[in-house]
Amino acid sequence: MSLSNEQRVELPVVEAPEHPARRVFLKAAAGAVGCVYAGMIGYPVYRYLESPVEKAAAAAAVSEVSLPKADALPPGSALMFKFGAGPALLIHQKDGSWSAMSAVCTHLACTVQYEPERDRIFCACHGGVYDPKTGANVSGPPPRPLDQFKVAVGAGSVTVTRG
Amino acid sequence: MELEPAVTSAPPTAAPTAEAPAQAPAKLEPPGAPGSRLRRLYEWADERLGLTELRKFAAKKTVPEHRHAFWYYWGGISLFLFIVQVLTGVLLLVYFRPGPEAYDSVRRITYEIHFGWLVRSAHSWSANLMVFAVFVHMFSAGLMKAYRKPREFTWWSGVVLLLLTLGFGFSGYLLTWDEVAYFGTKVGIEVAEKTPVLGRPYANLLRGGPDVNENTLQRFFALHVVIFPLLFMPVLVLHLWLVSKHGNAVPPSEEAKPAARRKSVPFFPNFMMKDLAMWLIALNVIAIFASFFPWQLGSQADPLKPAPVGIHPEWYFMSSFQVLKIFGDWFPGAAGEMFGMAVFTLGLGLWFLLPLFDPSSKNGRRARLATYFILFALAVLVVTTVWGYLAL
Repeated sequence: MSLSNEQRVELPVVEAPEHPARRVFLKAAAGAVGCVYAGMIGYPVYRYLESPVEKAAAAAAVSEVSLPKADALPPGSALMFKFGAGPALLIHQKDGSWSAMSAVCTHLACTVQYEPERDRIFCACHGGVYDPKTGANVSGPPPRPLDQFKVAVGAGSVTVTRG
Repeated sequence: MELEPAVTSAPPTAAPTAEAPAQAPAKLEPPGAPGSRLRRLYEWADERLGLTELRKFAAKKTVPEHRHAFWYYWGGISLFLFIVQVLTGVLLLVYFRPGPEAYDSVRRITYEIHFGWLVRSAHSWSANLMVFAVFVHMFSAGLMKAYRKPREFTWWSGVVLLLLTLGFGFSGYLLTWDEVAYFGTKVGIEVAEKTPVLGRPYANLLRGGPDVNENTLQRFFALHVVIFPLLFMPVLVLHLWLVSKHGNAVPPSEEAKPAARRKSVPFFPNFMMKDLAMWLIALNVIAIFASFFPWQLGSQADPLKPAPVGIHPEWYFMSSFQVLKIFGDWFPGAAGEMFGMAVFTLGLGLWFLLPLFDPSSKNGRRARLATYFILFALAVLVVTTVWGYLAL
């Protein structure tokens, strides 16, 4: 038989003496547990959200791209292709030489274009100009040259390699 | 110039509840020493936000303490699980794609994205636990007669929240676009279609065609992430506001006691800390279930493939599934579903109108009809659910 509420004995409330050390310890322990929980939730959420970032980094690790039929590119023209995660330019110069470089402007990451009539690489966003052979920053805001790649022209394809 | 305290309006009046007042509320000392930086910051914010008013309200608010007080936690647990649903749902939304790519995007979330399996499993488990918590909350509130005056609207808003919760469950279930999702939705809508006159146009509208297809998925997505949340939020706010306004209901057995013998605890911090402890337990339960029993993904829905053997609805629809099966045995053809729909509608209507069954009884003890009705509903739900699983 269980005691009904009416029969329950009221225990006297004993005032616990102050234990500052215990209080400090409990507060610190609660804070630590809270941090552990925040980490246990925060870490998976962070990894979940940054998943594509990791994938893009893996894609960017590509060091060689083969471009079929690119050897037929006429002099004075360029081909845009994907190298790793970003766009890149393959240029067949008017003098017959070849060059390849990243097409991502070193200023604020717009995609640049080859302008054969003015013999330059131009970024339309802020007017950056690069040399089409070396990728050197010639004028405008770009702080450094475009990343340069190695080009090997074969029969029926062009191979671009990270330098 | 001396600034007058901004508190001009009267503090919120306490709900006219019959509970005995708790111990005298603690003195409302502003934080920090007088003149300290913290104190000045508090006073600055207080003048603009009325923090003292809020603290007065919080200090005054009490929660009754008695042998059935355990059931008070279940509303809070339901709320916590809903919050988990919102947060994990937003995370899933980052990668989920409605339309023809739905299945592939769920497969990617489950098997490719880091911890995607965990986010999805937490969403699914928390959804199931939320339905369970809402049912516990509803039946305990019903049996404690919490729906009586002045809390009728709390009950009605609660029933609406229950229906929306089931709507969330039904619409979310399709979004993975695997075999069981496809057939579950097909059967679920097919049942509604058996309703005379309105059934077919309603079912066609819901499906976006005569059959479950990508249109269905797209509109279920809209329902699940836009329409239902838009409906749910204001009703939830109303529900919580009413709970705060009227305070926790006490069961008739407590009401029968003289006021001096009733106990209560301050809401802040005593009850809130216990509430938070319950939330922590709920969080751990989700983490354990999601980690050890991660949700799997079946093969992609294919209208040309037969339904997999042993397919059955989620547990919270098992009862209605079994009831329809029984009625189907009794009444051959579409009559079974029609009869089932009629019974469900009638039952839901009676459930909704429960507060009106015992309007006059002073302490609820004589309102046996409502008690019997709640116990009957609970029994039917449990028995048919168990029966449904045994009959698989």
